[in-house]
Amino acid sequence: MGSPDDESRFVSRGFTGRRRTLEQEAERLPPGQYAERGFPVLTAGPTPAVESDAWGFRIDGMVSNERELTWDEFSHLPFEDIPCDIHCVTKWSKLGTRFGGVSVDVLLDGVEPHGDYAMAYSYGGYTTNLPLADLTGAKAWVVTEHEGEPLPREHGGPARLLVPHLYFWKSAKWVAGLRIMDHDEPGFWEQNGYHIRGDPWKEQRYWGD
Amino acid sequence: MEGTAVLGGLTPVEQRAPGRWQIGEVRAIVDETPRVKSFRIALPMWMPHLPGQHYDVRLTAPDGYRAQRSYSVASSPLDEGEIELTIDRLEDGEVSPYFHDVVVVGDQVEVRGPFTSYFVWRGESPVLLVGGGSGVVPLMAMLRHKRRAMPDVRMSLVYSVRHADDVIYRDELGDDAFLTFTREPPVGWSRHTGHIDAALIAEVGIERGSAFVCGSNGFVESASSLLLDAGFEPGEIRTERFGPTG
Repeated sequence: MGSPDDESRFVSRGFTGRRRTLEQEAERLPPGQYAERGFPVLTAGPTPAVESDAWGFRIDGMVSNERELTWDEFSHLPFEDIPCDIHCVTKWSKLGTRFGGVSVDVLLDGVEPHGDYAMAYSYGGYTTNLPLADLTGAKAWVVTEHEGEPLPREHGGPARLLVPHLYFWKSAKWVAGLRIMDHDEPGFWEQNGYHIRGDPWKEQRYWGD
Repeated sequence: MEGTAVLGGLTPVEQRAPGRWQIGEVRAIVDETPRVKSFRIALPMWMPHLPGQHYDVRLTAPDGYRAQRSYSVASSPLDEGEIELTIDRLEDGEVSPYFHDVVVVGDQVEVRGPFTSYFVWRGESPVLLVGGGSGVVPLMAMLRHKRRAMPDVRMSLVYSVRHADDVIYRDELGDDAFLTFTREPPVGWSRHTGHIDAALIAEVGIERGSAFVCGSNGFVESASSLLLDAGFEPGEIRTERFGPTG
């Protein structure tokens, strides 16, 4: 595992590592992560209650055509099965899980964005920023199912963003929309100490990483 | 401010950036409960943290294998040059059993921090702290700091544990702490038992202000619903949840 400070000779006295990951899993774990079997919850505040018939998804901001979808309209869009690994900044990774949802490429169809950045926003007020390049090209989805079941409320149900190649705080729970912008701007955790982009393979956890 | 003279012996300010790995030395270990210990660690690049912030800890084996976890700071930032990390021993964990079974006073440990600025107390008043089990740790940093820096601020702790011997920081819980035992209270306990409920929140008497809730996901869900029912707005309730980590 390469990280810039690998030169340091420090060894923790008496540490052997008793919970090493299986060889076949190790190469799927970004630096500093460990494989977790469960699905822990990380939420900054009380869990919002959003019923699916009240849920809607908007794409607004710097676009030619704003788009607004109801739950019913969303459910008629092309639906994909998304097998993936997810990586939380709090160190756990969940390998070999699957979600079901609609590609952001499909959601952006006909919208014509005029900016290279987006702010994802959620019911309950959460925000997280992403370059459009991280949301397009079959890399991001709005998902409503996990392991074949409706997405549980505590994990962002009825719908959350899924951007598995970035740390999981970017996968906004209870997502309500994307605002297209011509500049990058920190979202909630990005203002509160987490990295502006959050690539787990570069271990971009905190400001300055 | 107490202790500003100590700064002379520390690394210059420009090198004390958060986020750099540094080698600390364990100066004291306190057995809090049969499965919880506190570790006082002196840091060469110490900087003041906000009560509620955490450090990352990294263990390295001789062959280069590494494991990392995050732990909340339990001490006040007025303890210059040192931090206290309180660590719950998780049986199937990797980092917490190392701290419990291997680390002794004088050992070196690699850490970096302090990190994140959401679950932090910046002097708001009044403040209601609600902790379950080892979720009390970041709340203790707030309570300890309040007592030393802003004693007149109204801050109370509601603290839920299972058994009589699960109480962390037992000797520091005063009139500002409201304990409840969900399984087995101490012999002769005549106050609240069972899960935190509306009656216990009402007994504390803080209905608005800032609330900090920390514990397992289930604990945080039920405690934050109680606070919403008691009159807190969603934006007044900050939460920190821990899943199985170790």
